[in-house]
Formats: sequence, C-alpha cells, structure tokens
Amino acid sequence: MWKFFHQMASPPHFYRIAKVLIPWFAVPGLMLIAYGTYAGLFVASPDYQQGDAFRIIYIHVPAAYLSMMAYMIMAVGGGIGLIWRLKLAHAVGAAAAPLGATFTFLALVTGSIWGRPMWGTWWEWGDPRLTSELILLFLYFGYMALRSSIDDTAKADKASSVLALVGVVNVVIVHYSVVWWSSLHQGQTLFKKGGPAMDADMLYPLLAMILGFTFLFGAMLARRLRTEVLYRERRTRWVRDLVMSPEGGL
Amino acid sequence: MDALAMGNYGAYVWSCFGLALIVIVFIEWRARVRHNQVYRDIEVRIKALEEQP
Repeated sequence: MWKFFHQMASPPHFYRIAKVLIPWFAVPGLMLIAYGTYAGLFVASPDYQQGDAFRIIYIHVPAAYLSMMAYMIMAVGGGIGLIWRLKLAHAVGAAAAPLGATFTFLALVTGSIWGRPMWGTWWEWGDPRLTSELILLFLYFGYMALRSSIDDTAKADKASSVLALVGVVNVVIVHYSVVWWSSLHQGQTLFKKGGPAMDADMLYPLLAMILGFTFLFGAMLARRLRTEVLYRERRTRWVRDLVMSPEGGL
Repeated sequence: MDALAMGNYGAYVWSCFGLALIVIVFIEWRARVRHNQVYRDIEVRIKALEEQP
C-alpha cells in the first residue's frame, strides 16, 4: 500500500501512469454523460412544479458538486504538501484550481439561468448558497492569482496551500447553507434523510451525470497534472531523457 | 419540436447544456495546447543546450 503511494508520488512514474489513466477516466465519463444527457432530457418526466425547467439540474448539480470536490482536492493536496513536503501534492492543487474555478462558474451561471424562470430573478444577494458559491469562485481566483504572483514555486506552493486550507470553511458553508438557513435555494435532494426525494426516472440520469462528470474531471485533472509535473521537473534528468528519447514523451 | 421547446423553458434548458459543452471543450482544448506548449519549450531548451559547444 505504502509502496504504491510512494511510487505514485514519484513525478516520472506519475507522468507515465497518468497518460495511461486518462482514457480509462475519459471514456466511461463520456459514456455516462451521454446516457445521463439523453435520459435527463428525453426520458425523465417533467417535474410537477418546475416542468421541463428542472432538467437544468443535470448540469447544475454535477457542476456544483465538482466545484466543492475540486476545492477539497486542492486543500487536501496543499495540506499533504505542507506536512509531508510531497511535490506532487502541491502540483495536484495547482492543477485542480482552474478546473474547480471552471465548474464553480458553470454552477453559478446554470443556477442563475435556472433561477430566472423559477424565482423570477437571475441573482439574489440574500441567498446564502448563492453568495457562498460566489465566494468559492473568488477563493479559486485568489488561489490562482497568489500562485502566479510568486515566482519561487516552493514559496507559491506554501502560500497557496495555506489559503486553500483556510478556504475549506467556505466549502462547509456552501454545503450546509441550505440546511442552516432558509433561503430561495431548494434544500438537499440527494443526501437527505430517508433517501433521495426524486423519482427513479429522474434520479438515475442525475447519478449518471454526477459520476460521468467525476470521471471526466479525473481525466482532465490527470492531463493538467501531467503538464504541471512536466513544467516543475523541466530541469531534471528524467525530463531531459524523456524529451530526447526517440519515442518522445508527449 | 416539443423536445426543443421544453415546455417553453427551451431557451433556459438548452443554453445550460450548450454552455456546459462549450466550457468543457474549451478547458480540455486549453489543457492540450498548454501541455504541447510546455513540452515544446522544454524540447527547444534542451536541444539548444545540447548543441552548445
């Protein structure tokens, strides 16, 4: 077990393994998304209150879930990097941040588009879920800005990891905001007591979309991580050997 | 046509799916371009160093 982690933390080993892993994440991810999109748009019955507008859930929920998951990956990577000084852990944070920001943006925009016909407004500042999700986007921007403002990679890793760890408080607020406060945003649907509050024909496409987005996120993270590892290790012997090898290492 | 109309919510529903597709394709394309760029930069730098007398 520890040998496996030790091997995976080795940049050259990870660089090679990640290339193999990308299609294993991407293909099932795309298949699940294809099924979820078809079933969500054309098979699931319209919601009794929201009609067909509820179908936005198939993009909004996976995007919102990934916005939080990416942040947790970033924070855990930062924590591991600070404690055990693993270079790869900091690279994980750096690679996850743009993806997290993208999915947060997608969750905010699709939520806003959904809110217009259902709530009669594009945005509500008084809503804790909306506001905390927007703060999450700003945390991603802050993390990326902090990284790019420090030339020394080691110092950038440390500073951004501290910011990522502090920002975890906001992820907890995003997640529990609909439980702690009464707001425009609907309460938890999937993880509520007594099971999901959805019919099976609505639920299965949603689960497929969440799983599909997660797999696709894994593939995208692996690709970005390869680039991050390559850039960080650009002056090392193994990168030189890789680039100069006849088969290349793209 | 009913599928396109989505019970008069078509503009909202399809714009979300369209946006998701555009965003995902764009970030994946950017990641590939960036990877190739980093690789080529390293390749050029190493070859330049190798050619130095």
